[in-house]
Amino acid sequence: MSLWRQISRGLRVLINRTAADNDLSEEVQHYLEQSTAAHLSRGLSPGEARRAARLELGNVTTVREQVRASGWENLLPTLFADLRFATRQLHANPGFTAVTILTLALGIGATTAIFSAINPILLQSLPYPDADRIMMISDFGINGSRLDVTFHTYRELSERSRSFQAMAVMKPWQPTMTGADQPDRLDGQRVSAEYFHVLGESPAVGRDFDPSDDLLNGPRIVILSDTLWKRRFSGDRTIVGRQITLDDNLYTVIGVMPRTFENVLAPSAELWSPLQYDTRNIISVQTREWGHHLRMVARLRPGVTGEQAKGEFATIAHSPVKEFPRPPWASLKQGLIVNSLQHDVTADVRPALLAALAAVTLVLLIACVNVTNLLLARSAQRRGEFAVRAALGAGRMRMLRQLLTETLLLSTLGGALAMVVAEFGVRALVALSPPGLPRVGAIRIDGAVFAFAFITATLVGLVVGLIPALHASRTDPSSGLQQGSRRTAGGHQWTRRALVVSEVALALVLLVRAGLLLRSIERLFGVPPGFDPSHLLTMEVQETGHRFDDDSVRYRFLDQALEVVLQVPGVKSAAFTTLLPLSGDTDVYGVEFEGDNNSIAADAAFRYAVTPGYCEEMGIPLRRGRMLDQHDMAGASVAVLISESLAKRRFPGREPIGQRLRMGPDIDRADRPWYTIVGVVGDVKQMSLAVSESDAVYITTTHWAWVDSVQSLVVRVRGDAAALAPAIRNAIWSVDKDQPIVRVATMDDLLAASAAERRFALVIFEAFALAALVLAAAGIYGVLSGSVTERTREIGVRSALGATPASILVMVLRQGITLTAVGVAIGLAGAVAASQAIAAMLFGISRLDPLTYLGVIGMLLGVSAIACWIPASRAARVDPATTLRAE
Amino acid sequence: MPDPTTDVIQGTLDMLILKTLSLEPMHGFGIARRIEQISRGVFKVNPGSLLTAFQRLERAGWLDSEWRQTNNSRRAKFYSLTRSGHKQLELETYDWARRISAVARLLRTEG
Repeated sequence: MSLWRQISRGLRVLINRTAADNDLSEEVQHYLEQSTAAHLSRGLSPGEARRAARLELGNVTTVREQVRASGWENLLPTLFADLRFATRQLHANPGFTAVTILTLALGIGATTAIFSAINPILLQSLPYPDADRIMMISDFGINGSRLDVTFHTYRELSERSRSFQAMAVMKPWQPTMTGADQPDRLDGQRVSAEYFHVLGESPAVGRDFDPSDDLLNGPRIVILSDTLWKRRFSGDRTIVGRQITLDDNLYTVIGVMPRTFENVLAPSAELWSPLQYDTRNIISVQTREWGHHLRMVARLRPGVTGEQAKGEFATIAHSPVKEFPRPPWASLKQGLIVNSLQHDVTADVRPALLAALAAVTLVLLIACVNVTNLLLARSAQRRGEFAVRAALGAGRMRMLRQLLTETLLLSTLGGALAMVVAEFGVRALVALSPPGLPRVGAIRIDGAVFAFAFITATLVGLVVGLIPALHASRTDPSSGLQQGSRRTAGGHQWTRRALVVSEVALALVLLVRAGLLLRSIERLFGVPPGFDPSHLLTMEVQETGHRFDDDSVRYRFLDQALEVVLQVPGVKSAAFTTLLPLSGDTDVYGVEFEGDNNSIAADAAFRYAVTPGYCEEMGIPLRRGRMLDQHDMAGASVAVLISESLAKRRFPGREPIGQRLRMGPDIDRADRPWYTIVGVVGDVKQMSLAVSESDAVYITTTHWAWVDSVQSLVVRVRGDAAALAPAIRNAIWSVDKDQPIVRVATMDDLLAASAAERRFALVIFEAFALAALVLAAAGIYGVLSGSVTERTREIGVRSALGATPASILVMVLRQGITLTAVGVAIGLAGAVAASQAIAAMLFGISRLDPLTYLGVIGMLLGVSAIACWIPASRAARVDPATTLRAE
Repeated sequence: MPDPTTDVIQGTLDMLILKTLSLEPMHGFGIARRIEQISRGVFKVNPGSLLTAFQRLERAGWLDSEWRQTNNSRRAKFYSLTRSGHKQLELETYDWARRISAVARLLRTEG
């Protein structure tokens, strides 16, 4: 009630100030008249009575002002006046204003951009109801690493556990949709019936999966994503119940997910179909149901904590029951890993993002320091103005308020421009983002990001404004008004020097980080991949449809495809492989060597099912024995190559050639032949250049137990590899036009992509370090330049007394370099301490790599020398006659 | 020499205004004179503070004001107490009495 009165009365005054003023004047006037009348009645003469009344009331204007000042609405006109004055001030100094606003915009904009990535990934909960109750469950692999669960493990857990209200398993699915103009390979997921239930989502159109859908040989049904529905079926609601062709089979569409559904578990998935695994045949262990290839997600019951669920799982894991027999590779002896989905999705990128946040905070700090410096320099120029105001009766608070209004105006303008910077920053972030970055679609400028930028700008305005404002408002009018006071360097020089030192220190920390990352990347790309990546074009070819049900048709297709590709002008050689190095894929099978005692494979290796000539084409060197050739065909005895690392580990000091092994589906099967090792080839980097896991077995496509439906074609060309892609694609389509060809990339692209996360971090740090360097240089320049201006007379006197230009140059330079050196010393300590945080991102160098530190120090000193040179040479040119005459 | 007049004790002006207006609506000078008269000239009201206090009390919702004709046919701003003003007066009176008796007790024990 009274608040409403406060506001409404205040507004009434604001809207009609004249009326309010007239009211007040009339009231005061009436008071005066009454008072006079009272004095008259006491017997004073009219003149005396008026005088006495006036004396009592005091100054009429003062009274009016006193009453007016008590309402909140009176702050507004002064605020507007301050703003008007501030605008005039900024307008009068376009150079200062532009530099300040740009600096702030860079600092705030960069921070905002990083925040826009951190907010959805690390701060917000995932876009599901009660997202904190969604857990990821995995088995233990070798060395405590995480391993996907098997179907029967999932079944046992969902039967025996009571902690979860829903559980689901999933695996990737890449069906090819035909029937429209071009074959379209889609990304999708095979999921168990409760998948969407676990996430707390349901289709917007149609129905969700039902447990009766998820049975072996169950109905062929799919749920579409909103994007696929809109893209391929133009959002037609009658799609539900219609049939679409996937991999030559008819699938009935039963539902469409809502537009808002974000699938963080497989962001690119556009359609879902039931898993339909066999629940009954738990005894036979050579089935896909016992393969570790399913990701498992589950929703906790309300009130059950993650810890309780872990406890229950540990109990289940250590107490097998006879209804659920377990093979040795899914024994659950080490228990199970239970993590929140949020942790699972963000764990890999958290360090890099936090490092980026730390870096951008440093940049913002440097920007603030720089602006504080600029403001201090300006208030030094404005001492006269402040002194005049103080002399005319301006109170300290009033002056503080006015100065803070000025800096807040600057920071608000900077903040507005920062939104533009942030918009570009966000686009760059999304464009550069490594494939592992989750929720990329949610990185954008929204309300929260906007609020963040606004608050940051306001805080920055207060922080950078406070020190200079306090300095300025302390001005002693008498000394400020004296002309000569400009000759002595004021005490604020100390503050400014301290600020420059801190700026240099902060810049050094950032530069060291960027330097370490740069050297890591250099080291990384110096690692030989084990093959020759130049002039290599790669693409994935898929054989889909029922015409390929017979393996011999697949062999024929591969043969014909190779034949036509080799006829394309510019192609030197071509081969198929099931696993492409550095593609990001892995394909690991157990290996059993002849003479191993245990029946279960003790070893595992990458499997490359290749066409003969693959190793020669890739340039993988032969160490012993012979390569695979045209004679290693179906019918001949099975010959394989193994990698050097596997040979060294399994046959130390022995001859590996002639030894025999079996792999994957052939393990422990007497009806399958042993493979004879005929050669040893060099190690190849499969996962990335940084990972040296390279145990591998090469076998010909025809000798492997089946023909993979997805094959990578590798083509060695003359000249530019990317340019030949269309011709090669058309050649394959001339054999069969329905086969999708995807992931076309040169090997150089794959090399670069394999280091995408490091490169992402590097680009961010390089950008920030560069910004820091420029800002620090500007800071040094600003301080020295200001100091030279203030000392012009002193320098004039010195040169009049015989100082040479060279000695003055050295004097100023020394001043600047000293500041830098102090900053470098402090920054070194900070950089060493801070380097711990990025140790995980380094490769092949120590976090204390001396070369990096020396290089960075050298660069910083060099840049600061350049920044010092300009004011120093100006000082050296000071003409004593002019300076002294000017007094 | 008569007893010197003193300024109104800090913080009691609001209460004195409310008390004065609880009898009848009045204009500014009337209120000032009434306070001086009833206090037998002990308190002297500063007009600036008085007018500021009116604005404050009005915005707090304790006073209403309206322009009226006085007996000598001049326009004057008359203030009157609102219902919440009455309540506020009770509150402040009670509070004041409590303080006064506390101070009195203290002075007695000291004496």
